[in-house]
Amino acid sequence: MNQKEILFDYILHLADNSMIIGQRNAEWCGHGPVLEQDIALTNISLDLIGEARSLYQYAAEIKGGGATEDSLPFLRDVLQYRNLLLVEQPNTDWAYTIVRQFFFDVYHYYLNKMLIEHSNDTRLKEIASKTIKEATYHLKWSSEWMIRLGDGTDISKSKMQTAVEELWDFTGELFLESATEQAAAQAGFGISPSSIESYWREKVAEILEEATLTIPEKGFAQKGGKTGIHSEHLGYILAEMQFMQRAYPNLEW
Amino acid sequence: MEINLEEQFQKRIDEEVKIEPRDWMPEKYRKTLLRQISQHAHSEIVGMLPEGNWITRAPNLRRKVALLAKVQDEAGHGLYLYSAAETLGMSRDEMLEELHTGKAKYSSIFNYPTLTWADMGAIGWLVDGAAIMNQVPLCRTSYGPYARAMVRVCKEESFHQRQGYEIMLTLCKGSEEQKAMAQDALNRWWWPSIMMFGPNDDNSPNSAQSMKWKIKRFSNDELRQKFVDVTVAQAEILGLTIPDKDLKWNEARGHYDFGAINWDEFNNVVAGNGPCNKQRLKARVDAWEKGAWVREAATAYAEKRAKREKNKIEAA
Amino acid sequence: MTNKEWPLWEVFIRAKQGLNHKHVGSLHAADYQMAIENARDVYTRRLEGVSIWVVESKYIHANEPSEQDALFDPASDKIYRHPTFYVLPEELNHM
Repeated sequence: MNQKEILFDYILHLADNSMIIGQRNAEWCGHGPVLEQDIALTNISLDLIGEARSLYQYAAEIKGGGATEDSLPFLRDVLQYRNLLLVEQPNTDWAYTIVRQFFFDVYHYYLNKMLIEHSNDTRLKEIASKTIKEATYHLKWSSEWMIRLGDGTDISKSKMQTAVEELWDFTGELFLESATEQAAAQAGFGISPSSIESYWREKVAEILEEATLTIPEKGFAQKGGKTGIHSEHLGYILAEMQFMQRAYPNLEW
Repeated sequence: MEINLEEQFQKRIDEEVKIEPRDWMPEKYRKTLLRQISQHAHSEIVGMLPEGNWITRAPNLRRKVALLAKVQDEAGHGLYLYSAAETLGMSRDEMLEELHTGKAKYSSIFNYPTLTWADMGAIGWLVDGAAIMNQVPLCRTSYGPYARAMVRVCKEESFHQRQGYEIMLTLCKGSEEQKAMAQDALNRWWWPSIMMFGPNDDNSPNSAQSMKWKIKRFSNDELRQKFVDVTVAQAEILGLTIPDKDLKWNEARGHYDFGAINWDEFNNVVAGNGPCNKQRLKARVDAWEKGAWVREAATAYAEKRAKREKNKIEAA
Repeated sequence: MTNKEWPLWEVFIRAKQGLNHKHVGSLHAADYQMAIENARDVYTRRLEGVSIWVVESKYIHANEPSEQDALFDPASDKIYRHPTFYVLPEELNHM
């Protein structure tokens, strides 16, 4: 891959993460545990999809040839998607959704912080500067829910512990450097994910402790998302998300 | 004494003085309002479902965020309205209980299915259009908290109808298939939208009292006529045909005449036999029941934390 | 219902620096932190505010509406509290 292709692939990875978790959260709209939290999670979803749009627009400009903020999310298949396995995991229940969001928020927060501090790409820095404000709030929100539910009732604690353990398998991938990430870090526009691992582990440990939850042993890390080898879930997410563009190609909506 | 209070109350209403939560009010005024506001709130919440059905399938990202924001607004509107109703002495949980057990009603339009993307356009254009007709006069309703909630709702609603109409416009300017999709949506949503204004005036038993108390300011038929009159021109711009062969301009009345409404269908849907009544209610009950442990845990944590903070203060 | 309902909170928003916080509505939340965040999500989605106060509704005390005449009418004849009560020569433009 040349520099341009690496930048494109790297932006897609960032965009796909926010797009897919945004899409997952949007599934909650109208079904939340209480009206106020339905609204809260939808806000987060809107932030993330908004961020994805900015990134897709940038990626589309780099790619050229008529690519748009829509052709990228709506016309790529599973193997071309670059998101983390974590974000495509099903909502399951409020506990899973909160834990998934929290694991992602910690990662998302530090990643954007690093991009602002270290990226030599002006546009990526600009997008990250806007994202960091949103990510700060998301992290506050999901951290509070981690604590509230971990230290709530026996039922909530057990549901949270289960979710933490099951989703833990997908957290190792956050820090496994893909070829694109390595090249992006070398070129100076990207961040090596290993550089945020210690921050992530520290923050997660701090919140889990306050939530009276147990940190799982460092188990086997499921991986593949960053290079297009996903769980079966992503195919269904895309089937739903891309339905209109696939059933009625090349039209304005 | 009682009669005197009622007279004073009516005098305040006639003088356009707003009634506030702690003011004296006839029991029937309170009950009527409570029924109307909670029903309105339930409609917002159940109304999230048919449109929510298309959020994950919206055809592009611009449409997706607009739809998501719109459905979220509806949750907000439900919340404002529940809050207004709570000032009349019923808790939100009690109101939800009435919704979940089928005791409380909500607008029957939401018991129809959303089958194609064009339904997002038709709902925004027609259903929100009809809702706005109803809601704008409610900004001046006699009960203060309800009027204030409606001011907020109307301010936010203004983008909803435009969003829907823009979807329709894009479809109508698109391919033959898209235009057919738009026409089909209009065909399915037109009559249910007309019915949203409720029974004809001579068949609407509570209307007269509500008008006297200035809860309502226009009758069902007046609002319905107003809606038909403005919508015909909008359909013309789209190049769509309203599915009513009796629809025509009446020069003498200065209004459009329109065909007879199928009240049997309306009553049937209100009675619970619409295509989606069971599905909609089940979705609400499921969300509520599956959320019970979350609400409970948050309460338990809040209590624990309050106790810890108290202990800390006492220890210091 | 075994579940206790989350308490009701009144929300006050400062629209911009320099203005008072103004009552905008209410919401339910388990604790004050959640109430502030919910208020942010519910009442400032369209840039309506820069600062939020929340007060649990049960802590708000109000006068009895029946006392309205006794409390507020006595102020109506104290016209000397208003600047227009004082007649000054016209050539004195502003005071």
